[in-house]
Parts: sequence; C-alpha cells; structure tokens
Amino acid sequence: MATDISKLTLTARWQDLTTGMMIHAGGTSEEFNTGEWTSVKPHVKEEDCRQCLLCAQACPDSAIPVNKNERVKVDLKHCKGCGICAKVCPFDAIEMEGL
Amino acid sequence: MSYNFKEIMSRPERLAPGHRMCAGCGGTIAARNVLRALHEGDHAVIGNATGCMEVSTFMYPYTAWKDSYIHNAFENAGATISGVEGAYNALKRKGKLKEDETYKFITFGGDGGTYDIGFQSLSGAVERNHDFVYVCYDNGAYMNTGIQRSSATPMYADTTTTPVGSVSSGKPQNRKDLTNILVEHDIPYAAQTTFVQNFKDLHIKAEKAIYTKGAAFLNIMAPCPRGWRYHTPDIMDICNLAVETCYWPLFEVVEGEYYLSYEPKKKLPIEDFLRPQGRFKHLFKKGNEHLLEEFQKEVDRRWESLLKKCK
Repeated sequence: MATDISKLTLTARWQDLTTGMMIHAGGTSEEFNTGEWTSVKPHVKEEDCRQCLLCAQACPDSAIPVNKNERVKVDLKHCKGCGICAKVCPFDAIEMEGL
Repeated sequence: MSYNFKEIMSRPERLAPGHRMCAGCGGTIAARNVLRALHEGDHAVIGNATGCMEVSTFMYPYTAWKDSYIHNAFENAGATISGVEGAYNALKRKGKLKEDETYKFITFGGDGGTYDIGFQSLSGAVERNHDFVYVCYDNGAYMNTGIQRSSATPMYADTTTTPVGSVSSGKPQNRKDLTNILVEHDIPYAAQTTFVQNFKDLHIKAEKAIYTKGAAFLNIMAPCPRGWRYHTPDIMDICNLAVETCYWPLFEVVEGEYYLSYEPKKKLPIEDFLRPQGRFKHLFKKGNEHLLEEFQKEVDRRWESLLKKCK
C-alpha cells in the first residue's frame, strides 16, 4: 500500500514515522513547492516555439513536461528559475522574467 | 542502437520535480537523462552514494525517484547495489518474483563518493561483475559539504581546502583518471560523456551501459554552478568547451577496446574552458602564465595517451 505522506510534516510525532523511514511511493517530492525559491520565471513566447524540446531535456528540475512529442506548459510550481532553458533555446522563444 | 529524440523525450519522467538540488544543477540533468535511456516498462532500482543528490532527492518523506531507491552510507554504494542485485537474482531463482518484469540496477554517486570514499566498494562490485551500472556525476569537488577538494578536482582549482592566496595557487595535484582505472578492472563497458550534442552521446552510452550484461561504469562531467562559479545558464557552453579543449574527452571502452566518440576538428586552447569559471580566475592574473602552460601540458599528455589507446 502506498504511504500517505500528508501526516509526515515537521510536526509529526515519532509514532507517526514509517518503519525504517521507508516510503512506499514514487515521486512524492512533487508535493514540495520549489518554485517559491526564485524571483525569475521563464516566459515562453508560444508563437516562436518550434517544439524542438531541447529546453525540456536540459531542465535540471524536470519542470518542462513533454506529452506525446510536445512540450506542455512549464511547471512554475517547481521551476527554480535557473535560466538554462532560455539559454539553450535555439529560437529565443524563452525569456526570463522577474516576478 | 537507434536514436529517436522525440520518442525518447516522450517517455515518462523518472526523476520527479520538487527535489532540493540547486537551481541549474548538472547532477540532476545527468540523472534524468540517464534514466530516460531505460526502455519503457522496465523498472529500475536506484542506489545512491551520499552526496548532493542523496540529501536533496530523498528528504523524508519526499522522494524524487519514481523507481525503487536505496541509500545506505557514503562508502558503500557499490556494495549496496551488489547486495540488491544478488537478492533479486536469488528471489527470481526461487520463483518469488514475476517472470515478465525486468529490473535494472543503477547507482549514482558524486565524485567524492566514487573517486575517493566509495572507491573500494565500487572496485569490489565491478570485480565481482554484478549486473549493474555505476554512474558517477563528476562535478570535481565535495560540493555538498562546501566545495572541498576531491581527487577529481582539476589542478589549480580554488576550493575551500585548497584556497588561492599569496602562497597557494589552488590544488597542487592533478586529477585522478578514474575511467581508465575502471577500464583496468576489465569490465564489459566503461564510458565517459557529458552534456553535448543534445545529449545524444549521453543517451546512447547510458543505454549501452544499462543493457550490457555485467558491470558498467559511466563517468559524466556535471558542472556545478556554485563550486565552479560560472554564470548558471551557461552550463551547455561549459560542457561543450570541456570537450572541444579535450579536457573531457568522449570515449567508450567495450570489452577492453577503446573507441573515441568524438574528435574536435580544431582543438581549442584550455584557456577557453578555464576562463568562464571563477575557480580558475587566478590563472589569468599577470605572472601566472606558467600555470596555464602546465595545465595545457597535462591536458595534451592525457589526450595523446588516449588517442594512442584508441588506435
């Protein structure tokens, strides 16, 4: 059975912790909002994007999802604003913008 | 092996967002793109040496890994994954696991956990030839604890344990050539790569390493914006310059035979790779020209020696 992590917050009592600190689930980090670390965000100019997917590949935070050969909306909840996507874009379709 | 970029990019993501690695980290770029080489439907068991990646991708109860993940200690990532692989084989033999499921064993370690602290367990695991891949993401220092020098740190780099000042000009020793040391273990597959050619080289090598029977070793240069002190978005330029200057040659060794993956048309001077990095700033001060010469000499020597092996 998958572990319910909703109770495992900073105020969890030791009795609530899982045996051996094991988590029977994958990708639970998605619950954690790393997007608030940054003050800049990528803005994609959709009209210039040619769907080459180079940005998605180079993103260290898996924040540019790809679905069936196409890039979908940038995951701003997790983007840390490093700016690598804007740099690798061959069509200058991504701009870093202040929040 | 075929390379269909769009198909590969459409595969499900195996490293979830929300991990706590720094913005612009090279380590997670390496991990994501290695895992993408797994065929769809195949499962992985990920081992991990202590390091940035371990402390940031598994912060209880948040795990960024979609596959099974195990961390034990700093020095035994190789031994841990050997044990997992051994247990898996035993359970399979006894018929306690599903017949039609494929599991692959992959361990990630930084250069500290691979070149130095975890070296004995890695050496033992590859000598026993367990069917696994050890992926070292080499960022050239102990970045997790605050940029201390490791045996992967290049010569003259400024780190907190080899600080540059009036007496010292950075790390006095040359870096260890770990890929060649692993090759000497007579393993079926060893390769060196980084983020160039839109990851084609990395993808093909990762796929070969994962699907080669026996122990495989992959050494991936993964720049660290904090430790190397370059402009964070420029990561791909840094990797490209490392390859074009022959500081980080791309090659693979299959069953003891060396193959060069890429030879620059015109080898660039090492200054081009060093200049954008703050950790080498002192090399460009007046009076330090001889240090650059030394650095270039060592790069040339290693490159020539590699070329000889590839013939």
